[in-house]
Amino acid sequence: MKKKLNKNSLNGFLNYGIVIAAFAALQVLIGMGRLSNTLQSLLVPACCYIVMAVSLNLTVGILGELSLGHAGFMSLGAFSGITASILLQSAIPMAPLRLAVSMVVGAAFGALGGVIVGVPVLRLQGDYLAIVTLAFGQIIQNIIMVLYVGVDSRGIHFAASSKRFDLAPDGTAIIKGPMGAVGVQKLASFTAGFVLILITLLVVQNLVNSRSGRAIMALRDNRIAAESVGINVTKYKLMAFVTSAALAGAAGALWGLNYSSTVASKFNFNTSILVLVFVVLGGLGSIRGSIIAAALLYVLPELLRGLGLDDYRMLIYAIVLILVMLATNNDKLKALVGRVIPKRKGAVNNG
Amino acid sequence: MSFLNNAITGVSLGSIYAIIALGYTMVYGIAKMLNFAHGDVIMVGAYVCFLAMGSLGLPPLAGVLLAVVVCTALGIAIERLAYKPLRSAPSLAVLITAIGVSYLLQNSAQLLWGADTKTFTPIVGTDQESRLWLVPGQLSISYVAILSVVCCVVVMIALALFTGRTKMGKAMRACSEDKGAAQLMGIDVNTTISVTFAIGSALAAIAGVLMCSAYPVLSPTTGSLPGIRAFTAAVFGGIGSIPGALLGGILLGVIETFAKAYISTDLSDAVVFAVLIIVLLVRPAGLMGKYVPEKV
Repeated sequence: MKKKLNKNSLNGFLNYGIVIAAFAALQVLIGMGRLSNTLQSLLVPACCYIVMAVSLNLTVGILGELSLGHAGFMSLGAFSGITASILLQSAIPMAPLRLAVSMVVGAAFGALGGVIVGVPVLRLQGDYLAIVTLAFGQIIQNIIMVLYVGVDSRGIHFAASSKRFDLAPDGTAIIKGPMGAVGVQKLASFTAGFVLILITLLVVQNLVNSRSGRAIMALRDNRIAAESVGINVTKYKLMAFVTSAALAGAAGALWGLNYSSTVASKFNFNTSILVLVFVVLGGLGSIRGSIIAAALLYVLPELLRGLGLDDYRMLIYAIVLILVMLATNNDKLKALVGRVIPKRKGAVNNG
Repeated sequence: MSFLNNAITGVSLGSIYAIIALGYTMVYGIAKMLNFAHGDVIMVGAYVCFLAMGSLGLPPLAGVLLAVVVCTALGIAIERLAYKPLRSAPSLAVLITAIGVSYLLQNSAQLLWGADTKTFTPIVGTDQESRLWLVPGQLSISYVAILSVVCCVVVMIALALFTGRTKMGKAMRACSEDKGAAQLMGIDVNTTISVTFAIGSALAAIAGVLMCSAYPVLSPTTGSLPGIRAFTAAVFGGIGSIPGALLGGILLGVIETFAKAYISTDLSDAVVFAVLIIVLLVRPAGLMGKYVPEKV
């Protein structure tokens, strides 16, 4: 008997469709030489930001906990991914495979960070996750700023200062404290970013539409009621949070392997906030909204660079941000929109 | 002696953090929002004082007063234009708006005053001669440090009297406890929130001038990191609690200074935030915050 597709899976398939169509269209444009070099250089970072936004949406929109340190997980993923790619240079000569392994390593480190932050914190109620993730982001940034990692014939070396960092002459330094990771072989490609987005969608959408996902959303909507029907609060919160952190780690690894050098301060508080802005403007809980908001809001300010508005770029961004928040939360405007466009029947914010 | 010197530096830095943290904690206590633009109001205050003393040639005290006036007006304007329309909106929308305001202030400052760092002229002398030597050649306090601590104490006493003794202070406490009930008792909640923002911003101006006198670099992003640290201090002491902000600020300043002196200059941030996490795990409501059990 043919099973009718339910609305959620249809929505999910539409998201895959949008991403695949966008990828195909961009590939055609690249093939025709219609895409400028500047725009082409934005493709991989845009993919990273899309993955970041979708994964943060899992924490903020689906789980309903505010996280202000998502870039911290990205940072963990970036530097562990870079380290893995350099260590495995001789073991895995094939670049795409090495990239994949590095991203898995990045995801593993992101997940580890998620567990370390999540286990103690997710037991508490209130805005603690926000504050502790903020603190975590700062700690990670600070630690990587003083961390030295290198490899030579004797093995891997870690040090907390340049003085204690003794590397054999034949060795390579991977992370050099405040200078970050340098001399990275650029393995990332737009295709890899595209595949990562698809994997992210696969993971997040299947999680959201599963029994666990419904438990997570029940916790968001009413923790006490959910607890009273036997949902394990810490377990499901942790599940969502660690998945989100792992995906951010993978995105970080892709980001790190897209540039020849990466510094820890790239993944600061502002980056976390930027991703949060994508999520909120795209719509809490809406995966499609996150994808579109991240892609547009990342590329648009870069495009504004060419219009002679360079000085006013961030000012315009700030004003637009405030106005959008004021407009979307204005009751009169909402009522007006409601009259013009009648609400879809049974509309759920689950895209 | 170096221990005592560090303790003095820590307490004076902590006093500045405490003054900033007060702004966060009062706004959180009453409006239940994290005002991320607070750090940038500090920066505006410092710039106003810098320009008043430099371009207009005003005496330091007039510069500080001007900064306080401008920041108070700015705080009220921000509240009216950006936060008031969102009073019934979800807290995340308010948070993003606050971030938008923060970007707006930083970028406006950059356009108005340039992105380059300026050297702030301290409002009281800071060179080697103008220090108070407790033990000649070994133990000294800079005048800025004394001023910071004095300011912090005066501000705390004034605020304690204000919230405890005046009608407006009572209204503020009532609003932070239960906004709906306060409104039913005839308290003008909107005015109360505006007054809270005004006080917080005035304190931010003072803190900005003190901070830039102690660490004389001024740029459009000067306020953001101290803002985050002071927010941490507010959480540390128990967000919403005024004595908590004082305690949290001073402890944070001392921990930061000692971490710089005895552990590592580069790792001070990590130490500060690690202590914050540990404190929150042991006392989820902060050191002096009230733990409110959830009613079902």
